[in-house]
Amino acid sequence: MKARIKFTKAGSMRFIGHLDVMRYFQKAMRRAEINVSYSQGFSPHQLMSFTSPLGIGLSSDAEYLDITLEETDTPQVMADRINAVMNDEIRVKGFTYLKDSAKPSMAALVACDYIIAVKPGKSSPLEEAAFTKEKACKFMLQDKIEVLKKTKKSEKLIDIKQGIYNMAGSLKDFEEIASGKFTENGGLCLDKECKTVLCCRLASGSVTNIKPGLVLEEFCRFAGVPYDETVYQVHRLEMYAETGGGFVPMIEYDAVQL
Amino acid sequence: MDIYMRKLALSDEILLSVEKPARYIGGEINMAVKNLADVDIRFCMCFPDVYEIGMSHLGIQIIYDMLNLRDDIYCERVYSPWTDLDKILRDKNIPLFALESQQPVKDFDFLGITLQYEMCYTNILQVLDLSGITLDAADRKEGEPFVIGGGPCAYNPEPIADFFDMFYIGEGETVYYELMDRYKEWKASGKGRKEFLKIAAKLPGIYVPQFYQPVYNKDGTLAEFKPLVPEAPAKVVKQVECSLSETYYPEKPLVPYIKVTQDRVVLEIQRGCIRGCRFCQAGMLYRPIRPRSLSFLKQRAKEMLKSTGHEEITLSSLSSSDYKDLKELVYWLIDEFKDQGINISLPSLRIDEFALDVMSKVQDVRKSSLTFAPEAGTQRLRNVINKGLTEDDILNGAMEAFKGGWNRVKLYFMLGLPGETYNDIEGIAVLSDQIARQYYTIPKEERNGRVNIVTSTSIFVPKPFTPFQWSPMDTKEQARQKRDFLLSKVREQLNAKSIKYNCHDADVSELEGVFARGDRKLCNVIRQAYESGCIYDAWTEYFQPDKWEQAFKDNNADMEFYLRRERAEDELFPWDFIDIGVTKKFLLDEYHNSQAETVTPNCRRQCSGCGAAKFQCGVCVENRDATVPLDLGN
Repeated sequence: MKARIKFTKAGSMRFIGHLDVMRYFQKAMRRAEINVSYSQGFSPHQLMSFTSPLGIGLSSDAEYLDITLEETDTPQVMADRINAVMNDEIRVKGFTYLKDSAKPSMAALVACDYIIAVKPGKSSPLEEAAFTKEKACKFMLQDKIEVLKKTKKSEKLIDIKQGIYNMAGSLKDFEEIASGKFTENGGLCLDKECKTVLCCRLASGSVTNIKPGLVLEEFCRFAGVPYDETVYQVHRLEMYAETGGGFVPMIEYDAVQL
Repeated sequence: MDIYMRKLALSDEILLSVEKPARYIGGEINMAVKNLADVDIRFCMCFPDVYEIGMSHLGIQIIYDMLNLRDDIYCERVYSPWTDLDKILRDKNIPLFALESQQPVKDFDFLGITLQYEMCYTNILQVLDLSGITLDAADRKEGEPFVIGGGPCAYNPEPIADFFDMFYIGEGETVYYELMDRYKEWKASGKGRKEFLKIAAKLPGIYVPQFYQPVYNKDGTLAEFKPLVPEAPAKVVKQVECSLSETYYPEKPLVPYIKVTQDRVVLEIQRGCIRGCRFCQAGMLYRPIRPRSLSFLKQRAKEMLKSTGHEEITLSSLSSSDYKDLKELVYWLIDEFKDQGINISLPSLRIDEFALDVMSKVQDVRKSSLTFAPEAGTQRLRNVINKGLTEDDILNGAMEAFKGGWNRVKLYFMLGLPGETYNDIEGIAVLSDQIARQYYTIPKEERNGRVNIVTSTSIFVPKPFTPFQWSPMDTKEQARQKRDFLLSKVREQLNAKSIKYNCHDADVSELEGVFARGDRKLCNVIRQAYESGCIYDAWTEYFQPDKWEQAFKDNNADMEFYLRRERAEDELFPWDFIDIGVTKKFLLDEYHNSQAETVTPNCRRQCSGCGAAKFQCGVCVENRDATVPLDLGN
């Protein structure tokens, strides 16, 4: 039975890399004594895949992994069993079973929401809400947003405007224009002393992938604000797949009730 | 949602600028969490190498678990910061901190440093320095932590004696609680540091270097090792945990976030060894052999796998084939865990029917190797070192394995053994080739492709408390010549294409040789090497032989003195003040036996009266006739 797990990654866990998060979950499943399906052969591994790697230093309220299970307890019980063997800073926030025909989440991913916040003890002109709101509007009204994309061999000018679906200066404004609800379920696992300055929805996945750091850097340049990456905390808020009706949070996509 | 955000010692910026920031954040699954206000003693355990190496060490886990069982003690951990963080800590004046509380090491009551190999000595100074602890124990002020060393190198602690307040000689399970109790009493008394050192010196197994004065002869050898206070005993007796099935062993080991060298559950099945190989220090130090009971191991195996979620379990001991219940234990592990996708990693086994059977059950024979450690290339030299493995054992074992589908063989040898001749070295190439020839006697249709033989040699380093402690060590030049000779001989063999030869670094082995049998005069050398920038000497890319050479020169210390002399039979060694049970007389007799090329049988075949029986446990009292007095080797 295929299942999808939504989890948070915060605090000191921001410094654990993607591959290590994978290993962490593999061991957590064993500690929770959950009957995971394994591949065949001499070194069997758990049938587990992650939707999108999160860079070191970023935090998240919405990381996803897909897993194949041999057992099927209710989603709440499954989530509790896993949380019982985890630490505070990586927690399961959602659990759902998937249709047999479900696409791997990596392939289904089309967009991600991000919060950009100023770290405690740091400051930025973007904290001036009216300023940032105005700049965000103007930023999105441009015909093109060109950035220099550096590869190993060359440098290309790329227009990322199409990949920036929404942008707002506060979570409240963002919730309105992007129609999402983020402050349910006990709030965010972002450090309370971080000051949110920007929210955006960006194209993600195998077709187009826009990195939040790139957008922030370009936005700062546009706004005439010096860019210092050590000032900002980038926080992933949600991941989306696409249906005919628009964007759907990953936890709902291909989901099935048992 | 208010989640508990651990407050880290290092800022985000620093963590994001170094390699593998997870090394410095702690918070691992099963980490001990205690309220500092509730504990009386803060103990910091240190492995003086990088996190991934330190976290693989079982000894720290045992002590960590044991100390944290007590409510009044909080045991935390610290490892050597990697070179990138080392620089930042110095530049920004950030004191080295323990992982659990993220608080400075200098605020602890104790800093315990495990000494697993000589090449980590400069890292010890790095940890002290970065913590802000005075390097010289004699100069430490009131309120600084007591620095205590333990582990195999503590059996000759003299080259680093100046930096430690005390050493714990032997197995950690026995006397730590008592030491902690005495410490609490002392702390409440308000008396000075020296007072505590005197109290500690009275405990069995505890050695306080400040209370002993080495006196040297004109030729540099030790004339006397004088205790300076009545509390310091003339001999410090090593600690032995006699009941390994009734003592501390972790049930919930720490689970690191990053991949560490030993990323699996480790089950120590026994301690000690019956074989008496003459080059082997561990075999002598940990006598007598003491097994853990099958029921203890089964219970722990289950607990540890459940509490960690590791996908692999391994057995650890010096000679696992000598564990009497090995068959039952391994088959039980396979039955119990194989279906859960848990890999059973087998230790090096004597190749017999049982070994081949289990190996085929847990490993892909096409990918795994057969391991033999003949150590010497001819039977003559194997007799000299008392390594009982015969050519027939190897060739027959290899043949059985080849028939079972294996085609990879690993062979371990040493170069520079006492009494070695070029004929013995050639024997290594010949033996490797003979194994290949065995393989090719199997008809082609039944073979699994080519055979792959990897022959490795390391450089023999004479160690204290072995029969070879009197023996000179080869020079770097001799080592290189022998290595080149062996390489040429391997190339001459019929099946040269099937044999790959690897050799250990001669420079590093030299330094290891000096410290292994070193004396207190070397403390200054180590200090200077550290101050001139030597660190992570066990890592080839960081080892700086020139700086070491300079440090020796500037301190009038001669490496040759420590390495090339054949010791006089009555020479007083810097480590003779330690009593490991096995007597010096026995070791000298064994040295003579090695020169006569005679073999000494293992403990279970016949007791040789080595002296370990004074501890009255393990193999010394196994199945014994109580009417016959124990041979204490006197």
